Amino acid sequence: MSESVDIRLTVNGQAVARRVAARQSLVDFLREELGLTGTRAGCEHGVCGACTLRLDGAIVRACLLFAAQLDGASIETIEGLSRSGEIADLQAAFHQHNALQCGFCTAGILVAAAALLRRGGVPSRAEIRDFLSGNYCRCTGYHAIIDAVEATCRARAGKSAP
Amino acid sequence: MLTPARETRRARWEDVLKAPSFAYLRASSLAQVFDALAEHGEDARILAGGQSLVPALNMRLSEPRLLIDINPIAALTGIERRGGMLRIGALTRHSEVGASPLVARLAPLIHQAIPHIAHPAIRNRGTFGGSLAQADPAAELPACVLALDAVLHLASRRGERAVSARDFFRALYETALAPDEVITAIDVPVAPQGTRSVFVELARRRGDYALVGLAAEAREVGLRLVFFGVGNKPVEAGAASAALAAGITAERIAAAQAALARDLDPPGDLQADGATKLHLARVLLGRAARALMAA
Ligand SMILES: Cc1cc2nc3c(=O)[nH]c(=O)nc-3n(C[C@H](O)[C@H](O)[C@H](O)COP(=O)(O)OP(=O)(O)OC[C@H]3O[C@@H](n4cnc5c(N)ncnc54)[C@H](O)[C@@H]3O)c2cc1C
Ligand code: FES
Ligand code: FES
Repeated sequence: MSESVDIRLTVNGQAVARRVAARQSLVDFLREELGLTGTRAGCEHGVCGACTLRLDGAIVRACLLFAAQLDGASIETIEGLSRSGEIADLQAAFHQHNALQCGFCTAGILVAAAALLRRGGVPSRAEIRDFLSGNYCRCTGYHAIIDAVEATCRARAGKSAP
Repeated sequence: MLTPARETRRARWEDVLKAPSFAYLRASSLAQVFDALAEHGEDARILAGGQSLVPALNMRLSEPRLLIDINPIAALTGIERRGGMLRIGALTRHSEVGASPLVARLAPLIHQAIPHIAHPAIRNRGTFGGSLAQADPAAELPACVLALDAVLHLASRRGERAVSARDFFRALYETALAPDEVITAIDVPVAPQGTRSVFVELARRRGDYALVGLAAEAREVGLRLVFFGVGNKPVEAGAASAALAAGITAERIAAAQAALARDLDPPGDLQADGATKLHLARVLLGRAARALMAA
């Protein structure tokens, strides 16, 4: 029981060991300790989705986890997903469809949409909207985001646009 | 590196939108949790999914001295059938409950309710027991366990006890949990053959807490209607259910909707006034009853 905690975890495939203050959130840990600023801190109470990343393969809110909880965990951030090429097609589709303006929400939306893409198949637009309902975008009005995600799903399934 | 000016701004910021200081205990066994709770009492809080507790910490609505992280305790997770009961470990995540074929078959009401809880990333962390302990009056799972007559298992260093859902929810965010107790598991009676379940809710945006919701379970022994978002805890609508007891017809649905005024007296909140909530409850009752009729 302590106000500072030693953790060892994997971040984007690399081993990391640190002593952290118990109260430090995962998003602050990534941004301030590791310099990984792709993950955004928006609302910091779970509502906006800007801090979405992968913990042990599943998408979660990084503002609602403390770094202290992550001993032994594996984290993948937008930096890792970009570098691996896993979402290169999705990123290209966002570019092509103008699915971002200021870009504040984009990392969180890409990470969330990547989880939908991993399910395979071609979800309906309503299903895409439902899946991304926890990610707020104040700029685009969402249509272009849905277009980009839908186009990527179709391309991966080998189907062309309707 | 932050410049000195940004450091100062940061420091001020941290006083308003960051968690307060606390000590952290990574619990690896229930015994450890019991000891810590017995020693620290109300100064300690259990950290499960953190999807309600951490926002409260970040907004400084809660300032515990110690967080007891129960996530490493594997014994608290899992879903299994035990005779006539479906046992759901308190730490089971909403997403696991939603994906479980056992839950879909044996507790279809819960299966229907899960997609209404928040969003995928939140369902990947939030837990079944955490939702019940939190006892938000607009939350889905408290209404479901009440409609299903589930039993909650509570444990502390003093021993174990079983509390029915009916006795568990007391008032606004208030439950039968003592400060030193942990919810370990929930037993949900398996739905008998021929059970029909309907879960409906209205929310302003997908994934928001409900404006008004209804968990309806029709069994041979009777129809159970539990509304949420209409009071300080889930409310059973006995008069409306009685109006449908002889079988659901269009006239009886109208009678049940009228009878709802005897069951519910919703307080207004930021989203809607009481009269609007009663109206919406009637709309949901109509939808659910027609769905049950068709099922
Ligand atoms: C943006 C957002 C939207 C949401 N929308 C909804 C929604 O629509 N519907 C809904 O129902 N919920 C919603 N939630 C809340 C979510 O479902 C939470 O997961 C749930 O309410 C609490 O579960 P938890 O495991 O996260 O608990 P925590 O946040 O870890 O804990 C909540 C409380 O319960 C106590 N506790 C937790 N587990 C136990 C246990 N086993 N024994 C004793 N005490 C325990 C904790 O000490 C704390 O006081 C939302 C959350 C967010 C951030
Ligand atoms: S910053 Fe985490 S959800 Fe908004
Ligand atoms: S592009 Fe600005 S918030 Fe989405």
